[in-house]
Amino acid sequence: MSDALKYFRQDRLPHIWCPGCGHGTVTGALVRAIERLGLDKNKVCVVSGIGCSSRAVGYLDFDTLHTAHGRALAFATGIKLSRPDLKVIVMTGDGDCTAIGGNHFIHAARRNIGITTIVMNNEIYGMTSGQYSPMTPKGLLGTTAPYGNAERSFDLCELAKASGATFVGRGTSFHVPLLIDLIEKALQNDGFSVVEAITQCPTYLGRKNKLGGAVEMLNWIKDKTVNAKAAAALPPEKKAGKLLIGELHNAPAPEFAGEYGELIGKVQRSFENIKGGLWECASNSD
Amino acid sequence: MPKTVKLMQGNEACTAGALAAGLKFYAGYPITPSTEIAELCAEELPKIGGKFIQMEDEIGSIAAIIGASLTGKKSMTATSGPGFSLMQECLGYASLCEIPLVIVNVQRMGPSTGMPTSPAQADVMQARWGTHGDHPVIVLAPGNVRECFELTLRAFDLSEKYRVPAIVLTDEVIGHMREKVELPDPADVKPVRRAAPKSPAGYKPYAVESDSATPLMAPFGEGYRWHVTGLFHDESGFPSNKPEVADKLLRRLMAKVEKNAADIEDYATESLEDCDIAVISFGSSAMSSLSAVRRLRKEGKKAGMLRLKTIWPFPETVVRELAGHAKTIFVPEMNLGQLALEVERVVGCRSRVVRVGKVNGELFRPEEIYNAIMGAK
Repeated sequence: MSDALKYFRQDRLPHIWCPGCGHGTVTGALVRAIERLGLDKNKVCVVSGIGCSSRAVGYLDFDTLHTAHGRALAFATGIKLSRPDLKVIVMTGDGDCTAIGGNHFIHAARRNIGITTIVMNNEIYGMTSGQYSPMTPKGLLGTTAPYGNAERSFDLCELAKASGATFVGRGTSFHVPLLIDLIEKALQNDGFSVVEAITQCPTYLGRKNKLGGAVEMLNWIKDKTVNAKAAAALPPEKKAGKLLIGELHNAPAPEFAGEYGELIGKVQRSFENIKGGLWECASNSD
Repeated sequence: MPKTVKLMQGNEACTAGALAAGLKFYAGYPITPSTEIAELCAEELPKIGGKFIQMEDEIGSIAAIIGASLTGKKSMTATSGPGFSLMQECLGYASLCEIPLVIVNVQRMGPSTGMPTSPAQADVMQARWGTHGDHPVIVLAPGNVRECFELTLRAFDLSEKYRVPAIVLTDEVIGHMREKVELPDPADVKPVRRAAPKSPAGYKPYAVESDSATPLMAPFGEGYRWHVTGLFHDESGFPSNKPEVADKLLRRLMAKVEKNAADIEDYATESLEDCDIAVISFGSSAMSSLSAVRRLRKEGKKAGMLRLKTIWPFPETVVRELAGHAKTIFVPEMNLGQLALEVERVVGCRSRVVRVGKVNGELFRPEEIYNAIMGAK
């Protein structure tokens, strides 16, 4: 951990997360993936929304932006398009990303803009103390689902894939080496990457549903997931009701901010004299 | 370089003003009557290496320009009432985090989808108080096409100088009207750049020297590695729940505008010195008002005109000077008395304030204002 610690603002620790929360594990996985790739701290920008997961950015030693609820990807889009040379990472949660931020999510994926999105999916709204989210499995209890969640949940990875994301993977806070690998691959993809990281929330989801503490919940996560590669060889009854983990989609395609840069080049070449347009723009270099 | 004279539309002049200010990033969502601004930015920005993006909604649009502004680029969006409502959330974010940006709001009839796309001026209060919480904001209101250029340019200057979001509040008439505009020599335009720190060493993003000062802003991606949050924060930029930190921050944010009101306030006057009938108006209503005032003068009435180019902060000093010497102050506006509320607040009982509101989606005809003045008891 000592090398990974250099990516933390150590004076901002300890973190605000509850004992047993999985978000620290995911944050640790991100940092280890960044370390493996040897990314320049000054050229990484981490953006988050609102919620437990989104507090991660305050502890990380990069340019960090803790935005409004659901809006991280839209802020990040502005940063990436303005500065395509920066590695832009979004840390978000299941509520932040798929409920209030759902529209920004599908459009960021559609554009294939170069943003690595880590979705910490604890299947509940933790910060507001346990309401069901679009990722809460049907039937589970939440403070706003006192008789069991009546709604169906998203398959976030399928949503990402269908929307145009070019790298999609699912990991968990139990399968940490896999999670680091997935984030590393996601960071290497030029376009829009999504890593869903299923994490445990013993405080709210666990307590409300009598799932036990962190250890029991990690086992619960282990039991409800199956590796995508292994799943290929399993009979259907062994896969029924389980979530696939691992690399789920990898289809590189031209990245939006880069493509826009090429468009600028083309436009500039086709206008021999760009002066005398709507305004004499060249005179103002800022 | 010779001055350029052009027949321009208001929205076009706003875009030209933004480009003159150094606009490099535009994000927006289509909405009439503002769309020409997006269309022109889409066309012009790539020519100068700038970026245009059409976002999925207006929430995303303002979020994207905040992101771009954080990288040091001058950034703008344009919209109309329904979109402006959606932007309120992140407008508050920009106010608290002190992110320079410009929003052009080409007002149309509301509430809701309203009467697309007839003119109105009913976003006066939304522009000031639309987002939750006390917050600073600067709102400029062009009264003609030339001023669309000037005041959009000025909105950038003020926003960069004070790190306060600046809103250019036009309306459908101003936005779509065409006038002959003489653009300044580009060499004479000296846009303001936000003050930046010299080096990352010891950088405290919100450290200031006085309780009304604007902190130095580092661009993202240049080694400062600073933190921006919509939570109340101390001078380090990191969140704080301390009551004294919150109090100090919010009072400083408000003081940035309040203590610099004289620098920000701008208006035009005609025959105000000796008037006993005063008309206070802005935007397209002011054009009709001015005709009415001139007609009254011709007829020997002591009528005068104050046209506000800055709406917020509300130019209290000049309005207070009117109180008392103008017996009656008429406030024509395409709403039911939003600006008039401010006039009443400042004037108190020293002058009589008469609201002249029009909310049928049509521009005032000069005789309507003339008749309102003549008919007032």
